[in-house]
Amino acid sequence: MHAASGEDQEDEGQEVCMMSSDTATTAEKKPVAKAPPPKPAAKKPEPEPVELPVFEKGISDKIVEKFGDKIEVAFVKEDRVRINVGKEDVHDVAEFVRDELSYDHVESVSGVDYPQDNEIEVVYHIGSYSDSSLARQVLVLATRAQRETNPIPGNDATKLPTLRDVFYSVEFHEREIFEMFGVFFEGHPDNRRLLLPEDWADLPPLRKDFAIKGR
Amino acid sequence: MIKDLVTPENANVFVGKLGDILEKAIDKPLGYAINWGRIWSLWPVHIETACCSVEFGAASSPRYDVERFGIIEAFGSLRQCDLVVVQGTITRKMAPRLRLVYDQMPEPKYVIAMGACAITGGLYFDSYNVLPGIDGVIPVDVYVPGCPPRPETLIQGCMLLQEKIKRMKARKFV
Amino acid sequence: MTNELPPGLALQKVDERIMTLNVGPQHPGSGHMRIIVQIDGDYIVACDPDPGYVHRGEEKMAEYRNYITNIPHLERPVIHDSCNVLYPYVLGAEELLGIEVPERAKYVRVIASELNRCIYIMYWLAIYGIFLGHSTMFMWPAGDRELLIDLMEKMTGARVTHAHFVPGGVRNDLPPNFEDVCLRQVNYFEKRIKEYAAVFYDNPILIARTQDTGVLSRQDAIRYGTTGSVLRASGVDYDLRKKEPYDVYDELDIHTNVMKEGDSYARSRIPWLDMIESCNIIRQALQKMPKSGSVRTKLKPNPKGKGLDSVYKRVESGRGSLGCYIVSDGKPEPYRVKLSVPSFRNLIALPNLLRGEKLGNMPSVYWSLNYWPVEADR
Repeated sequence: MHAASGEDQEDEGQEVCMMSSDTATTAEKKPVAKAPPPKPAAKKPEPEPVELPVFEKGISDKIVEKFGDKIEVAFVKEDRVRINVGKEDVHDVAEFVRDELSYDHVESVSGVDYPQDNEIEVVYHIGSYSDSSLARQVLVLATRAQRETNPIPGNDATKLPTLRDVFYSVEFHEREIFEMFGVFFEGHPDNRRLLLPEDWADLPPLRKDFAIKGR
Repeated sequence: MIKDLVTPENANVFVGKLGDILEKAIDKPLGYAINWGRIWSLWPVHIETACCSVEFGAASSPRYDVERFGIIEAFGSLRQCDLVVVQGTITRKMAPRLRLVYDQMPEPKYVIAMGACAITGGLYFDSYNVLPGIDGVIPVDVYVPGCPPRPETLIQGCMLLQEKIKRMKARKFV
Repeated sequence: MTNELPPGLALQKVDERIMTLNVGPQHPGSGHMRIIVQIDGDYIVACDPDPGYVHRGEEKMAEYRNYITNIPHLERPVIHDSCNVLYPYVLGAEELLGIEVPERAKYVRVIASELNRCIYIMYWLAIYGIFLGHSTMFMWPAGDRELLIDLMEKMTGARVTHAHFVPGGVRNDLPPNFEDVCLRQVNYFEKRIKEYAAVFYDNPILIARTQDTGVLSRQDAIRYGTTGSVLRASGVDYDLRKKEPYDVYDELDIHTNVMKEGDSYARSRIPWLDMIESCNIIRQALQKMPKSGSVRTKLKPNPKGKGLDSVYKRVESGRGSLGCYIVSDGKPEPYRVKLSVPSFRNLIALPNLLRGEKLGNMPSVYWSLNYWPVEADR
């Protein structure tokens, strides 16, 4: 189920397609309030607008109200809200989400490599145990780091601020992202290797330019 | 007479020769007895490498009970073990540890490669972190195919190993 | 042996008083991982888990295979819980590919995943017994779980690696007369596991060894983001089968087991209570299941996603909430598959629980976290 864009004034920032190739590069510059994104719905098969789930809409509205055009609501689906945010603001958004919206733990941290955008996306799936109304909800917080063609993990521009001081549970997840994608988390107390062998000297293996043998 | 032949210079040669003679003398009559003893007390070392350890555990369970064939449950101390059952995938991180474990065990020692991953890499033939079989790390006596092998298959592999030990020369290790 | 050890094998000396111990990967109390503990006398002062000995690159391999051929290797992380570990991937693939599942298939899935949960917990319990030196508790569960393995073998044709769930339903229909056999076996199984209380859970030696060791408070359990039995043993009522029901779990009556203590004893008791609950669920599902009908929607060969899309699905596995994040870019292969596994999430509690414990309590605390190293490494 997709969120229909431009339905009323508040969800102008939402796009039908979650990751058009230019969403993250323009995430910070695009003034959400006055320029609705070009509607790619011209080629969408379903013409009728889909009703957005109310509760999830409320969550995204609270975040939009606080941060305005610094963030971008990528989709609002049933039980899932996705927020794209630049790497300068990800720490603030995470703190807001923890303190005001009572999300309290990170379930999963995934990296996704986009060589065509020259960016690596890090996606936090945030859930809540303490608020029973949020038990079904997963807040997807996505941010992007610059990608280097020749990575030197830890010593190049592929850096993000850590969320470990906000959500303690990301500690091992961020260590895994560091070795699998080469994204260095600034402020993480323990950025060591976790799963790979100690003598691993190749590219970080989950990047798209690391090809496995015979493929 | 022998006293005259042995001098401090050639004592080593004589002791070596004597060892050879003794080994030959022992091997024929006693080799069968020594091997028989080894067959019925194979102690596997407690090294789990991947998911085949589930079926290895099931083989020790009451239904399959591999102990009645003389394969004792996995054991902690390396110094008392003489069998390595490589239970599945060997990754690049595990390979040096497996070699260390193998090197620390006393002779005689035998290796069973359990599961497709330990034989050729199996399902993970194209993974970046998995060795294509363990033959490059340690010498293998018996291959047990399957993904994972049923406990019956593992028991058959152990019995094959016992057959093999029965035909081995005991004196190699005396 | 040369003086130069390979990197990672050498241990550094910390202090005159503090000794560094290397537990694993070849150790009866560690499984396929290494725990580097620093001890002062008999007490652990620091602990550094070192997983990754079974890191096989499942997520990278998934990018090279299409949605159907991904099934066999994505269930390998937990082969004795293979239905549950595959469940979120299949649910996600169904949403990406836009497939409807027949009603009967949903019930078959529920039965298979509950049977698998019992099989997993029985193996876990057997190893927990042997970790504590309780050999009877190895033999009983290891023998009794063969009953359910027989059932799964009847249903899917394989002992542990079933590859039974496919996008669009399950691979095969149930064999004839399966319902009666399943009901009989499950009733006997439930009667049998209730006997474990006498030999294991009410055993004063076990209680002395596990009570008040490794206490995880409610706040910490939430802060560390633990899941499954670890979370519920600390007093948080959270079970995805009830909170976010998938397939037909919303039509079944499910009771969540919660304990307040948060120690090793509570963490070892919760999975056992879960098994009894699973038997109830299986009985309900067998009763409500449509007696006939299709179990599988036919797929086109090489199904593709609709375009750039992502989906995050989670299920309650034998160890806790198991999530799968799939990114599709409209090709037959997924762009990225990430398994968010409960073992990896529970691992973060280990250093914090072991600090200040006696070294002898390490196996009981470690294995009570419901940790399966192969799954954590993927």
